[in-house]
Amino acid sequence: MSSREVKLIFEKSREGRRAYSLPECDVPRKDMADLIPEELLRQTPADLPEVSEVDAVRHFTALSRRNHGVDSGFYPLGSCTMKYNPKVNEDVARLSGFTRVHPYQPEDTVQGCLELMYKADRMLAEITGMERVSLQPAAGAHGELTGLMIIKAYHESRGQGKRNKIIVPDSAHGTNPASAAVAGFEVLEVKSNERGCVDVEALKALMSDEIAGLMLTNPNTLGLFEENITEIAEIVHNAGGLLYYDGANANAIVGISRPGDMGFDVVHLNLHKTFSTPHGGGGPGSGPVGVKKELVPFLPVPLIEYSDGRYYLDYDRPLSIGRVKSFYGNFNVVVKAYAYIMSQGHEGLKEVAQAAVLNANYLMKKLKEYYHLPYDRVCMHEFVLSGVKQKEKGVSTLDIAKRLLDFGYHPPTVYFPLIVKEALMIEPTETESKETLDEFIDAMIQIAREAETEPEKVKGAPHTTVVGRLDEVRAARMPVLRWTGHSK
Amino acid sequence: MSRYIPNTRHQQGEMLKELGMGSPEQLFESIPEEARLKKPLDLPKALSEPELVKHMQEIAGKNANLDEYTCFLGAGAYDHYIPSVVGHVLSRQEFYTSYTPYQPEISQGTLQAIFEYQTMICQLTGMDVANASMYDGATALTEAAVMACQAVKRNEVLVASSVHPESRTVLKTYSRFNGCDVKEIGYSDGRVDLEELESKISGRTAAVIVQNPNFFGIIENLSEIAALAHKYGALFIVSADPISLAVLKSPGEAGADIAVGEGQPLGNPLNFGGPYLGFFAAKKELLRRMPGRIAGETIDAEGRRGFVLTMQTREQHIRREKATSNICSNQALNALAATVYLTVMGKQGLKEVADLCLQKSHYAYEKLTATGKFQPVFSAPFFKEFVVRAKEPVSDLNRRLLGSKIIGGLEIEKFYPEIQNGWLVAVTEKRTREEIDQLAGKAVGV
Amino acid sequence: MADMKDFRFSREHEWVRAEGKKAYIGISDYAQNALGDIVFVELPETGAKLSAGDVLGVVESVKAASDIYSPVSGTVIETNQELADAPEKINEAPYDSWIAVVELDDESELDELMDFDDYEKFCKEEA
Repeated sequence: MSSREVKLIFEKSREGRRAYSLPECDVPRKDMADLIPEELLRQTPADLPEVSEVDAVRHFTALSRRNHGVDSGFYPLGSCTMKYNPKVNEDVARLSGFTRVHPYQPEDTVQGCLELMYKADRMLAEITGMERVSLQPAAGAHGELTGLMIIKAYHESRGQGKRNKIIVPDSAHGTNPASAAVAGFEVLEVKSNERGCVDVEALKALMSDEIAGLMLTNPNTLGLFEENITEIAEIVHNAGGLLYYDGANANAIVGISRPGDMGFDVVHLNLHKTFSTPHGGGGPGSGPVGVKKELVPFLPVPLIEYSDGRYYLDYDRPLSIGRVKSFYGNFNVVVKAYAYIMSQGHEGLKEVAQAAVLNANYLMKKLKEYYHLPYDRVCMHEFVLSGVKQKEKGVSTLDIAKRLLDFGYHPPTVYFPLIVKEALMIEPTETESKETLDEFIDAMIQIAREAETEPEKVKGAPHTTVVGRLDEVRAARMPVLRWTGHSK
Repeated sequence: MSRYIPNTRHQQGEMLKELGMGSPEQLFESIPEEARLKKPLDLPKALSEPELVKHMQEIAGKNANLDEYTCFLGAGAYDHYIPSVVGHVLSRQEFYTSYTPYQPEISQGTLQAIFEYQTMICQLTGMDVANASMYDGATALTEAAVMACQAVKRNEVLVASSVHPESRTVLKTYSRFNGCDVKEIGYSDGRVDLEELESKISGRTAAVIVQNPNFFGIIENLSEIAALAHKYGALFIVSADPISLAVLKSPGEAGADIAVGEGQPLGNPLNFGGPYLGFFAAKKELLRRMPGRIAGETIDAEGRRGFVLTMQTREQHIRREKATSNICSNQALNALAATVYLTVMGKQGLKEVADLCLQKSHYAYEKLTATGKFQPVFSAPFFKEFVVRAKEPVSDLNRRLLGSKIIGGLEIEKFYPEIQNGWLVAVTEKRTREEIDQLAGKAVGV
Repeated sequence: MADMKDFRFSREHEWVRAEGKKAYIGISDYAQNALGDIVFVELPETGAKLSAGDVLGVVESVKAASDIYSPVSGTVIETNQELADAPEKINEAPYDSWIAVVELDDESELDELMDFDDYEKFCKEEA
């Protein structure tokens, strides 16, 4: 990484410099004042930068060099499934037949797009054990919200509108309760038991005729499969509730087990996790929602249907919750996920889950001698260590994470799930070799040793990055959220 | 073995042995028997890379793409020129293969780019603060409505019927669940009907939402609407076309409290509707209620400038069910495209784009109305898009144009049945005089 | 330094110091320590009527947001605007940094709160 500070693009601006090139106006020009009344025009121009093309390219190249991506190195960020993003998927997604197509073109001119979406819907339904899938949600959280709206609409349609409570485990992602609240539900928390799974007795005690459903990530955020899942499903179903599957951790089970067969009624998937589409620095993702047959009428409009050799957008769905997004979702992300599934086939997907789970267990086995492992059993695609041993020496989990930066790694997810103290959540994914894992293990062991022998070195980390630890308190107390200077 | 799995069978065997296991199936013993897949997934056979490329080319080839067709379709997604630099920057793996910048020391590239993006959105909209972007224009507008309801502790939202129909649909979907009471305000000569607004607005109104230019392409008188909203203590939300902001009065100048919009026109391909980005900006008083990610400037121990995600206590991973929104990502790569686009176009270039849109759309409007086959529908000023009435069903007209490799304007009747045979035509800076003349020629028919 | 005899404490780590019907409310030293560097305080609106246990405001650190519950019932008559610009005062001097003043509905509610010694014991148990 380059260590020189990169000035803001605004600080590089010089009046009169330009990077753009536009054609001359080839129609008879009119005075703007004749077309738009003065009072509707802008008074102060937007102070955008003025730079040359070389300036622009160098600027953003310099910025990119201050980032760590999956191609830069190992990225064991728990719950985020930072697997390799195949290059060919990027290439095919850039075909003009996908990128240069307007969403409102006549259906006859977009049969390829519709076919791809229809097939992606069907393949994701097969993978999850659902009936149909909507590709409209733009991200995992958006999928959750959509799925919860569907659950609410379903209960209302059956005169069960009083069902306004959603149960969420204490180990859940914060997004789950937030999505439930946005969908108008009250959130109840169910405790985990000593094995790290939903406490079945506690769950039973929460059941009532006001329960709309249970949201569950499986494997859960501890990386453990909910071993009582079929009993849990029965408890919730018997009480009239539905089961929602948060697909954040689906990489552990593709081709091995399907949420539909576990008893789930609604599922969202993160195409940017399990299905290899790049995270883009925080988006765009895609969070398709699949449902069992009785919930299909409530899916967002439009769904894509096929008859008489023709694909079409079906808006005639009176029970639908409506739209949750413009147009048809993050189509171009779906293209990449579709390409990924086509390149894997059923055998490939199963191998993905097996290799991901094997990598995680291998890492866990090698690291548990050095770090506390609160739930010591076979894990799925990820596991959670606790830095409590190191904390006794004054070295926190945050320090360990920062020290890993010096070894060229992206650190694991830290301080999550909340039920583990000093948590370090590690997800290697299937796209890492044993050699990479062994090197990472060595680095983790070295850090554990340093915590014993030279804790200050760990506490002062990182030592090799372009900036040191940044003052987050200052950032929050005195927010500077934009450049406020004036360009030259 | 799947081609993206580096470990050989042999290595996997070794690793299993380390774990005391004989087969990979043993890894999955915690999955109850009844939940295990009994037969292989019914999926097509895996394709090799050359087969995959061919297959994808075949599907893509079934679409009419705008390299081959001339586009006069807009209605919320526009065929603006994307400078070559944008694609090159977005292809840098450091940007597209990274995750959310949780570890600022190795994410300064993404964080600084977000900070620059936030600055540019503030500059364009004339607002004080902006977030790192949202899913799209429609969801940004919906989140703005929710935020307004929370901020003024009222629950009625008045939305102009001249706002994009799909944005209104998304707003209504959410409102069914979140308790917002959405009411529509009609239009008169293509603009917000001020009399109707005045009759409906009250002390119960949390927000008034308009779009500018609106769905008909017409420029609203924002200042008048702002004054009315504020008179009743409601917030004023403007959804703006970012290209138009180079020349049109900004939401900030007009007195808006929240400015949102669809950011696709800023360097993002049409992509059959997504991914795009929603931009979201507000007055500083509303900062603590803003949804979404926000990057802020700070320093490290040595005083070096750096950027972090900040004010995260608003967000779901901390507030859980009390969060301002459930969003926990942004459209980072699309926002980066917008940032690079605005950098390349710059202060002058964006104005030129806006001016070319304005000139060419007016030329097209005159050309079409001069044929005598198209009637004006509204008389109010417009920016890059306008509605005319054809003498035949628009679907027939568009079908004819397709034969000449022209994608015609939107059949606006689909959304506004009262505008019979209405044709919403968009003209960006990319359309040439020749293309416009050809459109007018072919649209007349035989 | 304030005289701790005048303070009463809730189990949610708020303190109350009453001057007649006026009750000053803040958060304890234990609470500020647990939160870490406080970066923002959301103050209530004056005139707000509260029952004991209602949310009075929010204190935020970088990684946590914590509701402040009013230990007493009454009407908010004043808020500490100084904290809007300098939330760190709570870290520096928690017992001088009151968040709001509530006019008490019922002074006897104070009797249900812990005194300083009991509160210290309570904190030890919590830890």
